[in-house]
Amino acid sequence: MPDRDKNIPDVPESRTLSRKRTGLSLVWIIPIVAAVIGAWVAVVKVLEEGPTITIRLRSAEGLEAGKTKIHYNGVDVGSVTSIRLTEDHKGVIATVAMVPKTEAFLVEDTKFWVVSPRISGANVTGLGTLISGAYIGMEIGKSANKKRAFEALAIPPVVTGDLPGRFFILKSADLGSLDNGTPIYFRHLQVGQIASYELDKDGRGVTLKVFVNAPYDQYVTPGTRFWHASGIDLSLTATGVSLQTQSVLSMMVGGLAFETPAIGPALPPADPETVFTLYANRTEAFRPPPKNPQTYLLVFNQSVRGLEPGAPVEFRGIPVGQVEDVRAEADTKNFTFSILVTISVDPLRLGVKVSGPGAGSAEQTAVHRQMVDALVSHGLRAQLRTGNLVTGALYVALDLFPEAPPFKVDWSTQPVRIATVPGKFEGIDATVASIVKKLDQVPYQEIGEDLRKTLADVDQTLGSARRTMDHADTLIAPDAALDQELTNTLREMRQAAQGLRLLSDYLERHPEALLRGKKEDSK
Amino acid sequence: MSPAVLTAMQQGLQTCEACGLLSRPAHGADEGHCPRCAEELAFRKPGSLQRTWAFLIAAAVCYIPANMLPVLTTTTAAGAESDTILGGVVLLWSPTGWPLSLIVLIASVMIPIGKIVALVFLLVTVQRGSIKNNEQRIRLYRTVVFIGRWSMVDVFVDTFTAALVQLQPLMAVEPSSGLVFFAAVVVLTMLAAESFDPRLIWDATRSPEISHA
Repeated sequence: MPDRDKNIPDVPESRTLSRKRTGLSLVWIIPIVAAVIGAWVAVVKVLEEGPTITIRLRSAEGLEAGKTKIHYNGVDVGSVTSIRLTEDHKGVIATVAMVPKTEAFLVEDTKFWVVSPRISGANVTGLGTLISGAYIGMEIGKSANKKRAFEALAIPPVVTGDLPGRFFILKSADLGSLDNGTPIYFRHLQVGQIASYELDKDGRGVTLKVFVNAPYDQYVTPGTRFWHASGIDLSLTATGVSLQTQSVLSMMVGGLAFETPAIGPALPPADPETVFTLYANRTEAFRPPPKNPQTYLLVFNQSVRGLEPGAPVEFRGIPVGQVEDVRAEADTKNFTFSILVTISVDPLRLGVKVSGPGAGSAEQTAVHRQMVDALVSHGLRAQLRTGNLVTGALYVALDLFPEAPPFKVDWSTQPVRIATVPGKFEGIDATVASIVKKLDQVPYQEIGEDLRKTLADVDQTLGSARRTMDHADTLIAPDAALDQELTNTLREMRQAAQGLRLLSDYLERHPEALLRGKKEDSK
Repeated sequence: MSPAVLTAMQQGLQTCEACGLLSRPAHGADEGHCPRCAEELAFRKPGSLQRTWAFLIAAAVCYIPANMLPVLTTTTAAGAESDTILGGVVLLWSPTGWPLSLIVLIASVMIPIGKIVALVFLLVTVQRGSIKNNEQRIRLYRTVVFIGRWSMVDVFVDTFTAALVQLQPLMAVEPSSGLVFFAAVVVLTMLAAESFDPRLIWDATRSPEISHA
């Protein structure tokens, strides 16, 4: 240092530093802090990473990777990260990154569906998606089994989440005009809707799942009847025309209605998922159900045209059952055809009180057989009657025909056969038919031809008769020759008769004159 | 050019960076206070390499979350959407919009990393005592220092957008956590550039002849 000092002598000396610098600068705190923050962020990010799931959809229409969200009750719970085709190219698989802490939602019965604007009958849903684009809706399942690969529903469920109310199952023969979201009415109040429907596995009916909102669900009891309230129910009865509708909306889009019969004991509300029958209309819904239906076989030899399965079986006007089946049976030996009609009859509706233990017991069966035997021995027979003259619809009437040929019920066959008697109109029919047949045999044509010929002859005859008469007329005219000659002839005949009288007088007196001849007048 | 390069350090002299007074350290000491303005004096910036390294490492650490985390959250009727810087580049990338995309890519992704790489290069060469390409290196250093302040533009744009686009409930833009890290990268690289003493580049040049080679 001394050499430095002498080169530049007039440089002032700096003041000494109070503190000593350490080897390692404090500045190293900065990268450490940065690293700590970075690591913390990374850890948080990893911890915040929600589960990744896949949803299989039929089509990715409206969905966009990176944009489409998963909504649950309006909360964003995930987003679609990628969309790709399935290996068989029949669908698409959307990979969804869920937000953290959603693991508990992803269970076996969790449902996903695409929400897009839908207008179906009474419902307009998903209008918000017109602006925001489609999103994937979600309903959290109740299962405990975790699941990561889901299948999206084809149709969004109508009832989602924890809406208070209850689901019920309805069995129907066909769907009619019903659809998801079709309203359900209770005393004309809309109280629920159809949540879903599906065809039964055997294809013989439709099972509907309906949702009745609280608090109306308490009015559904085990005795409640559901029926189609679609359109207009117009019925023509003896009391006049009755028109039943629910509302204009249900006339347009269909609907269901339910009601609990007022009579009978008050029942507790039905359990969720209780199965009900869906009736075609209110009248049918309130028809009392058969308590203990018995099946019988009727054999008819006449035409059963107009007799449909479901046709009523009545006992003196009281419906006691219905026709179950109509089929023909051929006897190849005698070549005769008979028509077998199976009916189901509720004997209780005949007014027969079956007391004793519960239905189906041996004792009750015996009582029932005894009763049927007694009825048949008193002339209970089945008869086909015309129920409707316009349509020709037939029904089966059970009635007592004391003059009917005796019949013994054979309980060994199943179903048990009950004898039939020809129908009222059936007898008339036969008579009329035989008359018509005879009339048919009359040779109208020949008669006609003969008649025509005869008439021509008559015409001729009359002509000649007329001529004859004319002729006769001329003959018998007062100045006619015949008249004069006739007068002369008559005169001569009188003279002849006079002569004969003389002769007879003479002969009386002189009988010998016949032998000897007339004596010369000797006197 | 004079063949003999005279440096203040070689002469045992220090310049005050505040008032420019040339002074001599007290006897036996390397550092002191300026006798005129009391500014701290040193032959070179104290702990320059160490400090620069520290800032650079911190910047490099922050660079990762700055690019991984979203910088902007756009809330529209369709839902919230978070975009990272690279996501924005991808979003802007289209047959017509690619120049804009390129600008974002260069300004927000490549320049920060470029600054870090450049400073690391300078540090390594200085520590190795390299005497080559001194002019290029000082030019690189000046460029890094010049660009430094402009990198903040990204952060400003983001904050302005967030402040302006508040059309609730139709649309709203909010800055996200990535932006903090991005700002940290910018600040830390600026600090790193500031801590670096460019005179160190020339200190290795013991002999003036080589420095002009």
